[in-house]
Amino acid sequence: MSLQLKLGERYKEILFSISEVALATLIGIGISAILIKAGGYSPTSAFFYLFKGAFGNLYGLYTSLSYSTPLMLTGLAFALSVRAGLFNIGAEGQVYIAALGAIIAASLALPSYLYLLAEFAIGIGLAVMWSLFAGILKVWKGVNEVVSTIMLNWIAYWVTEYSRSNIFYDPLSPDRTIRIPITGRLPILVENTQLYSGIFISLIVVIVTYVILWKTALGYEIRAVGLSPSASKYAGIKYSLVALEAFALSGLFAGIAGVMETIGRPPTYAIVTSLTNLVNLGFNGITVSLIGRNNPIGIIPASIFIGGLMAGATSMQIFAGVPLEMVQAVQGIIVMVLALPGIIRLIKSKIRRR
Amino acid sequence: MDEAMLLSILLQTAYASTPLLLSSTGEILSERAGIVNIGLEGIMLLSGFVGVVVGQETLNPLLGILAGIGAGALVGLIHGMITAYMKGDHVISGLGINLFALGFVPYGIYAVWGVRGYFNPSDQAKVPKVFGVSPIFIASLVLVPLIYYILFKTRFGLSLRACGEDPHSADASGVRVERMQLLASVIGASFSGLAGVFMSLDWLTTITKDLPAGRGFIALAIVNFANWNPLLGLLGSYVFGFSWVAIEWLKISALKQVIPVTLLNTIPYLVTLAVTAGALGRSRPPKYAGVPYKKE
Repeated sequence: MSLQLKLGERYKEILFSISEVALATLIGIGISAILIKAGGYSPTSAFFYLFKGAFGNLYGLYTSLSYSTPLMLTGLAFALSVRAGLFNIGAEGQVYIAALGAIIAASLALPSYLYLLAEFAIGIGLAVMWSLFAGILKVWKGVNEVVSTIMLNWIAYWVTEYSRSNIFYDPLSPDRTIRIPITGRLPILVENTQLYSGIFISLIVVIVTYVILWKTALGYEIRAVGLSPSASKYAGIKYSLVALEAFALSGLFAGIAGVMETIGRPPTYAIVTSLTNLVNLGFNGITVSLIGRNNPIGIIPASIFIGGLMAGATSMQIFAGVPLEMVQAVQGIIVMVLALPGIIRLIKSKIRRR
Repeated sequence: MDEAMLLSILLQTAYASTPLLLSSTGEILSERAGIVNIGLEGIMLLSGFVGVVVGQETLNPLLGILAGIGAGALVGLIHGMITAYMKGDHVISGLGINLFALGFVPYGIYAVWGVRGYFNPSDQAKVPKVFGVSPIFIASLVLVPLIYYILFKTRFGLSLRACGEDPHSADASGVRVERMQLLASVIGASFSGLAGVFMSLDWLTTITKDLPAGRGFIALAIVNFANWNPLLGLLGSYVFGFSWVAIEWLKISALKQVIPVTLLNTIPYLVTLAVTAGALGRSRPPKYAGVPYKKE
């Protein structure tokens, strides 16, 4: 009886979350329609091609899923930090630096079967180190992680851009780095699409993280610190240690994303000028996490949704003429609406009061 | 080093510091009232864009400046409604502002001028110099002591600070906390708006999606560094501003043989990290900064 009640409550909560996200999305679409109209374009044609490019056919669906592959992980990186009470927005820079790590591995003379291992090891190692910088500054010096991670993002950008243009450039095509050797690439899942096998790695990492967060002592500590740092202290939890663990884990997730984008997504298998094949993967993860209500399981559909926006954006730009950056603006509006706690309840209580 | 060069470095430092100073001063006011806005970066970008659109359409720099400030105020109004009245999460709302600006501005640049990446306003739209220097720079030097005076020497400032320090007592003594916070959010954000339009119509005279280049977040670091005091913010802004001038300087110096130019671009961010790591520990934020105030 009580279990049934609890289950019922839980479904109600999930239903609330879904309707909140749906409402935020509707508001995002509504406001962006006004902005698209104001820019002199047709909102209906924009949204038609956006949807068509994202989910309208199999090719679109595969592209959307291919973008959801890194977004699941960068979303998870943000979500895990939020669970520990941290606003770590450093996934963006950690993706760059991990991609650089993969290229470093590719530049080494290794037996062919070692490339994959080396790419992940160096890329993830660098990303975790990058994230821990911010963690150490936070724990030892109380430096606000929002500020430090953004600074580290910019430093990562220039370091990676410098390495691309000055160290690891391809002599035959200097606008990009050397390419990942064929034995160091992740297999493609569907021929002639961008969907690569990394999506399975992403899904496994998401599910493992879900288990860690809700079924292990580490996960309990992370959530306890996030809910109340002072109360968790009385429970004997070391705040500094848990915070550092959260920074390391989120560096790990972003690192996997950065490596996989470089060694998995066809046809480039390299870092290109101004890092355009990596830019915004980290920031879009923030939206993914918030839409997924900072829950690993919620992140899976959320990443497909935002991956769809990224995939559909190109088609919207080509066929409706609307600059593809518009989808980034839509995300901003959705995030602002999601900042509101229990927006559905808020509206209900306002209506009732009248 | 001759006198002309010294003067030029001083002026460059002043200009590089002005956006940081304006933005951090606004944020100090806002956080003193309890509203944290990490969307400063996005506001600078949006206001820089709106300023150029209006300035270029009307060929009137003053209208461009006002439009930029207005855009900042509007974002501050929305952020204030979300945080002060609807008790939304301050940081997430600020993140949303940044994400929105990052998408909207490159979209707008293409939609308005049909170009990708950047647009340079024509000469008539640029802010003219007054006595050989930027009038917005002069304004920033007047505004900072003024904000200090208002915050610490007036009754209004006392009420405003009470909202960030102890909103329950402020409420009990008759201050309308939410209204005050909304006002502080609007004023604070308009400062970042002025910072943005200073960059796009006055100092750099261009609009790109990377116009603020992290300055909004450096301004946040300055707020910490300054211990929420506008006069210390002045010092902090000039320290950080100088690091930007140092890059341009090093790019033409002999050092470029040792450190490649691309890597010199990391200097302001490294300086920010180093200074915040070294200077913190002593500062204390307003007690209720970023905490939604709920009446009992």
